[in-house]
Amino acid sequence: MQMKTLMAALVMTTAMTMPALAKPVTFSTTLSEYGGRGAYFSLYLTDAKGDFAGTVWLAGGKTKYHRHLTDWARLSGGVIDAATTTGASVGAGRNAQITIDVADALFDAGYTLHMDAAVEDMRDSPSEIELPLTSTASSVRGRRYIADFGYTF
Amino acid sequence: MMRKLHRWPALIAAVFLTFLALSGAALSVFPAMDALSAPSVPSEQSVADLAAMARAAHPGLEQIRRAPSGKITVWWFDGNNPGSAVFDPVTGTDLGSADPNRIELWLTNFHRALFLDDTGRIVMAIAAAAMLLLAISGAVLVTQRVGGLRHWFDRQQGPFAARFHTQIARISVPILILSAVTALWMTGSTFDLLPSDEANPAFPNTVSTDGPLPPTEIPSLIATPLRDLRDLTFPADTSDVYTLTTGAGMSYIDQGTGAILAFDAPGPWTRINEWVYLLHTGQGAAVWGLILGVLVLSVPVLAVTGTISWAKGRRAPLRGMAKASQAQTIVLVGSEGGTTWGFATTFARALQAAGQSVHLAPLSSFAPQTYGAARQIVVMSATWGQGTAPTSAKGALARLATATPSVPLAVLGFGDNTFAQFCGYAVDFERIARDKGWQILLPMDQVNRQSAPDFNRWGRAFGQAIGVELELNHQPKAPHSLPLTLISRRDYGEDVQAPAAILRFAVPKSSFLDRILGRGFGRFQAGDLLGILPKGDTMARFYSLASGRKDGFVEIAIRKHPNGLCSGQLMALAEGETVCGFIRPNPEFHLDHSKAPMILIGAGTGIGPLAGFIRAQGARRPIHLWFGARHPDADLFYGSDMANWQQNQALSGLHTAFSRHGPKQYVQDALRQDAESVRQLIASGAKIMVCGGRDMAQGVRDALTEILSTSGLTAAQLKSQGRYCEDVY
Repeated sequence: MQMKTLMAALVMTTAMTMPALAKPVTFSTTLSEYGGRGAYFSLYLTDAKGDFAGTVWLAGGKTKYHRHLTDWARLSGGVIDAATTTGASVGAGRNAQITIDVADALFDAGYTLHMDAAVEDMRDSPSEIELPLTSTASSVRGRRYIADFGYTF
Repeated sequence: MMRKLHRWPALIAAVFLTFLALSGAALSVFPAMDALSAPSVPSEQSVADLAAMARAAHPGLEQIRRAPSGKITVWWFDGNNPGSAVFDPVTGTDLGSADPNRIELWLTNFHRALFLDDTGRIVMAIAAAAMLLLAISGAVLVTQRVGGLRHWFDRQQGPFAARFHTQIARISVPILILSAVTALWMTGSTFDLLPSDEANPAFPNTVSTDGPLPPTEIPSLIATPLRDLRDLTFPADTSDVYTLTTGAGMSYIDQGTGAILAFDAPGPWTRINEWVYLLHTGQGAAVWGLILGVLVLSVPVLAVTGTISWAKGRRAPLRGMAKASQAQTIVLVGSEGGTTWGFATTFARALQAAGQSVHLAPLSSFAPQTYGAARQIVVMSATWGQGTAPTSAKGALARLATATPSVPLAVLGFGDNTFAQFCGYAVDFERIARDKGWQILLPMDQVNRQSAPDFNRWGRAFGQAIGVELELNHQPKAPHSLPLTLISRRDYGEDVQAPAAILRFAVPKSSFLDRILGRGFGRFQAGDLLGILPKGDTMARFYSLASGRKDGFVEIAIRKHPNGLCSGQLMALAEGETVCGFIRPNPEFHLDHSKAPMILIGAGTGIGPLAGFIRAQGARRPIHLWFGARHPDADLFYGSDMANWQQNQALSGLHTAFSRHGPKQYVQDALRQDAESVRQLIASGAKIMVCGGRDMAQGVRDALTEILSTSGLTAAQLKSQGRYCEDVY
């Protein structure tokens, strides 16, 4: 139940939400040339205590492979809901981005963005990205499959 | 029905299946390469040993994975950069890059999805389903044709492409079924259509935060032999655990205490998935993979031979044909080469013109219980060899023997009255029908050598029997003949008042299509028949070919028959002159591809194809020739070649018999004299091929029966094993 509330606060796309309380954020990720098939990844949020707070973006459509996004699968139980943006897996060297409305309350409040990635026949890469969610644009380099990840307003 | 089920998916899916098979065969090489390069691990080595070694080489070690082939891959992070390598557990050093092989990746993406992701996967899954349908319908067709599974590996008859198709398919069909089923299973699994029960232990709520123990101090890693390892993931931070995956399941191990915190074993679906994956890819079973790869190469061959036999066997369908259950007259055809079909179609059309409804089908589909509206059944059949069923009549006699007699039956036999077993199969069919109590509509009649008057005579009688006026105007399709130019001739026999000759013609130019389809002069070999159309007659005479396309000429041996129209014209032919001829394939009298010794027996012009065999085989296999002529100075065909053949080992043994010279004996007498060596050759697996006149063939059969009487073998047994064949005229 708690998660649902947080999710509702996180992504504000319904007409019932006051537009003034949220702003659009563009998340962008570029994959490195790791020499394998398209990558699955999940972008999710943990709160100040390190507890799971919701899934923002899930790339890769076949649920049977989601367990390879190990940290995310462990924390979220593999659950995605209506508020999660889903899409296809992303090929090596490619860039992908989404823009969504994020509640003002989530910025500078100790929330951290995480990204798990996985590629068929290659090593799973949980929590490859960890980046605090602040009110200034920011980006970070990944370790294995993600060349860089960041968000802008 | 089964035929349609086999034909249409095949023609549509042939291209896809060929791509699938070729890429699959190429992929089958990779597991073998992995297996060859995989290190041999000392059996006592444990996961802890390996982990310690790998950590010594790569301090930031994160993960170790062992593939089914035994290949070990390690991943590490050195503080700035990720690294990975194939690792040697014996020497503790890196063996090379762990990046996936580009070619393998490319081939796999093509093989499973045509580079089109899910759409491609679905297309390929449909192709796999088509292959399954083809394999099953093909197996049913073969079983029907050979008369039961017991005869699955019996020798095949019929035209080359069809025979080759069946020969290959009956070996590869189990593998093709397996490949298709496993492919469909894997697709189902990919699309989440199958339950998933992979090992998934619950992550522990609390873990000890003590500094991580090295792998060598963790009991379960020490206790696990390396050969059981699938994956070992090191803890990422103090809140994480060791994750160990083996064939048994997946466990989380506390990094501080080394205790197993959680364990889960995969369920049955996962186990099945693993087996399916192994069976389909050969990953972890390299030899199996290679077998799979080789057998799957049969698919393109099947596609080509299948298409060829379909294109060749296509006959003009009978327009307005009634269903078997609704037709008044059921016409069943036993045909070997297709000539009888032509007659049957003429008959069926004439019946239709007379207002009758007709169903025309191969005799092998004989099923009287389904002929609900039938008033009569007509069987038109040729005979194959010594009175056996022609291809399209397989299994009909057996079914006749058990069927309940229904409506009246009429049988018409097609054949050549110069053969001892003239219309033998049709005679048998009618005899059994009478024995079983079938009512016979009109007594069996025979059509000799495609005689139109014979056919029309029977047609009128049949019309009378059912009360319709029937006029059968059958025009046998004239074979497409080409002019053959004589390039050389060798004459024999003048001295014994029996002129004979070896005639050599140039190979006429054949069309591209003929060459591709291997028809006409596009493909022929020694043992096939050359039809010659003499001037002033439409009836062809057939001569056994002494040469193949590879020889670059068309050669026959002929003897002048008193008053013979055709032989007279041929004997008078001068170099540069032409006659009209065509090829009729005679696959029953072809060389096989084995290396077994051969016994060739011939007399007179029967030497023709045998000489062709000797020329074609070179020194590949031991060949022993028994040859009968009248006089060494008169009609010893190929006499000058024989010495050469013996010298260059193409001919291992030559035994001649002369009926008008020396001891005056026939070839069968020479065989009897050499009984011991004949016996020995047969015991060593020799194949016997006989060519010549009917009397000689009978003499040879008798002589062989005598020779073999002590060995428990008979000529009939040899024939059923495909080791005894005759070309008799």
